[in-house]
Amino acid sequence: MRTFEVIPAPHIKDPDDVQKIMRDVLISLIPVTVFSGFIFGWYAWVLALVGIFGGEAIEYVIMRFFRKQKNFKSDGSASVTGLLLALNVSVKLPFWAFLIGLAFALIVGKHIYGGLGTNPFNPALVGRAFLLMSFPTAMTSWVKPSFPKFWLSPWDVQTTATPLGILKEHGYSAVHTGYLKLFFGNVGGSIGETSAFLLILGFIYLLIRKRVSLHIPLSYVGTVFVISSIFWAVNPEKYGDPIFHILAGGLMLGALFMATDMVTSPITPKGKVIFGIGCGLITMVIRLMGAYPEGVSFSILIMNAFVPLIESATRPKKFGYGGVKKNG
Amino acid sequence: MPISTFKGGIHPPYRKLSKDEKIEFAPLPDRVFLFLTQSAGAPPKRLVEQGQDVKTGQKIAEISGFISSNLHSPITGVVREIKKMTHHIYGKPDEVIVIERTGEDEWEKMEEMDWKDLESKVIIERIKEAGIVGLGGAAFPTHVKLTPPKDKKIDTLIINGAECEPYLTIDHRLMLEKAEEIVEGIRIISKVLGNPRVMIGIEDNKMDAVDEMKKHAEKYGMEVFPLKTKYPQGSEKHLIKVLTGREVPSGGLPLDVGVVVQNVGTALAVKEAVVNGKPLIERGLTITGGGVKEKKNVVARIGTQIEDLINFAGGFVGNVKRIVLGGPMMGIAIPNTTLPIVKGTSGILVLTEEEIDRGVKRNCINCGRCVEVCPMNLMPNRLYKLTYMKRYDQAYEEGLFDCIECGSCTYICPSKIDHVKFIKLGKRVYSALRRGKK
Ligand code: SF4
Ligand code: SF4
Repeated sequence: MRTFEVIPAPHIKDPDDVQKIMRDVLISLIPVTVFSGFIFGWYAWVLALVGIFGGEAIEYVIMRFFRKQKNFKSDGSASVTGLLLALNVSVKLPFWAFLIGLAFALIVGKHIYGGLGTNPFNPALVGRAFLLMSFPTAMTSWVKPSFPKFWLSPWDVQTTATPLGILKEHGYSAVHTGYLKLFFGNVGGSIGETSAFLLILGFIYLLIRKRVSLHIPLSYVGTVFVISSIFWAVNPEKYGDPIFHILAGGLMLGALFMATDMVTSPITPKGKVIFGIGCGLITMVIRLMGAYPEGVSFSILIMNAFVPLIESATRPKKFGYGGVKKNG
Repeated sequence: MPISTFKGGIHPPYRKLSKDEKIEFAPLPDRVFLFLTQSAGAPPKRLVEQGQDVKTGQKIAEISGFISSNLHSPITGVVREIKKMTHHIYGKPDEVIVIERTGEDEWEKMEEMDWKDLESKVIIERIKEAGIVGLGGAAFPTHVKLTPPKDKKIDTLIINGAECEPYLTIDHRLMLEKAEEIVEGIRIISKVLGNPRVMIGIEDNKMDAVDEMKKHAEKYGMEVFPLKTKYPQGSEKHLIKVLTGREVPSGGLPLDVGVVVQNVGTALAVKEAVVNGKPLIERGLTITGGGVKEKKNVVARIGTQIEDLINFAGGFVGNVKRIVLGGPMMGIAIPNTTLPIVKGTSGILVLTEEEIDRGVKRNCINCGRCVEVCPMNLMPNRLYKLTYMKRYDQAYEEGLFDCIECGSCTYICPSKIDHVKFIKLGKRVYSALRRGKK
């Protein structure tokens, strides 16, 4: 007698899967990655490629030999972590140091919890924090942007301060970077954080593909806008104006691509908004009062820790609990 | 008139391959296999013994308990065997009556009725006698649904013609070909319930059925509503919400908000039982899927073996992997084709490898899609994780039993997580633990 498989319903599934989601994230980061080489030199591309392929290689070794998965099939998330980490470091970072940071990101940031989906903190940001502590000089020296001279190597180029660094040291009156320059990104900073324009472009692609929602970016950027407006209104000599705060530093990269990481942000729409506001608040506290000029990555890491709390506080109202019993 | 919709839901490919196929009668089967349990509730008490002759329509098992239903012989023949088998739908051991056909139908019908002058009690008694159950899939005895407790006033009767499951088309065809009889069935049900407001809901991918039903129903003051095509539009709770704005309370029934819901096929069966005196011995169903040669809508006798019906539809084609009774979202896969159809079988779905997605199962990536699509506003990702971690009490708190097992979450999950499997398991374990404690 011919037998057939007995598998529980539903018997049809949406063809989308994790790999396709990760592929879309990689695609969305292509513009900013390509651009980075033109402002910081070819070594930016080297780091990006090391991130993508190194991430996959490290993941393979972990899955195959440490977690003993015989038929391991990559979900593509390691290359996303690798590329995001590359976009979050200075081009001055040697690739071997970058690889150590990436291995840390994947092992400590992800696999010790049980792999993708179980990690509370954004792995790329865990890696970045590690690098900042281990290689502080390389991580905080910024090469002068030299668009479009991609043939320059980072060791031949002068270093410079980032606009946020200048703001911290000398106050807003010392900052002479125009909005347009900030928007298109020909300024000093991490490899992938400078071009608000290309980051937004990539994000729009993700929006069209329905991979992300606007909740976190809007609430995050909105909070930064409101707080910086207040301070700027009080003392425009000292404090940056809101547009400056939004375009400068890692805010766009953070709000659009780091804080929106599905695994480490709340699942509910309301929770996402709270998460975004929290990120915005902490970012501004660090920028305005902290010892560092920039606070995006730490604010996201701190808010990552609150995700379980936020999620349980914002559970959706279940069907059938609202109405009054009409009949008896 | 555009009608509001409910929150969540999904848009799977509808693949209504058989929507233009006229309903045909399947040939009389040489043998039928009748599980005693054909509906929700207690199995009826068997009235026949091995070797006994039976006629078409003869009662062979009798109601036992409040929620239970009569069973009639679907063919004329002799009881060949009575054996124990595991029920392929309910998963419990059950008794099966095997009847071998000896010739053409010799009917044993009930008398025909002119229902317009009859009392509700008499009509309900007839519906009960005829063994009518809900034909939309849940197979709840119809006479029970039509006898609400005295303190519940019913002001609305909803007729479910949504047919939101992909592939299935039998209700669509019934509405096109038998609208007049369905409407008569609805009038009977409506009379029994004291003439409430009648609302007929049909998904707007079947506008021809909407028009046809309007033609026959509006003259009796019934309203026909096209509904947004979205799964699970045909869920009782969501139909009620969309059509009346009322929300069935958690753990409650439609009658808690003054509503009774009946499926179009059931209305037809009611008409045939009352007007023509015919017990429920056959039903309409769809034979479809990429793995069967001719897609068909048929009327088949209850207890017909699946293989007889697949042969009637020209047999298998392609790489057949799975056979499902019901629709692809909530239907039950069966291991072999010797099993029979039951009163609740709305379709036989033959799926090929190409129609089944076998993505790689991964950890939950917290993407939120399951939460977004859950029509009950639950967090399927949490229900699955909590059940997995054996935290049943917490899962209960978070709405384990509110889940209607529609499968939307599992359909949409990019990590291919089987929420529904875990939720069903969680419900079983939780109930067992609760019983243990008492
Ligand atoms: S949790 Fe239940 S009700 Fe919600 S989508 Fe999943 S199966 Fe449907
Ligand atoms: S759809 Fe799947 S991966 Fe996404 S949150 Fe739900 S369970 Fe997790």
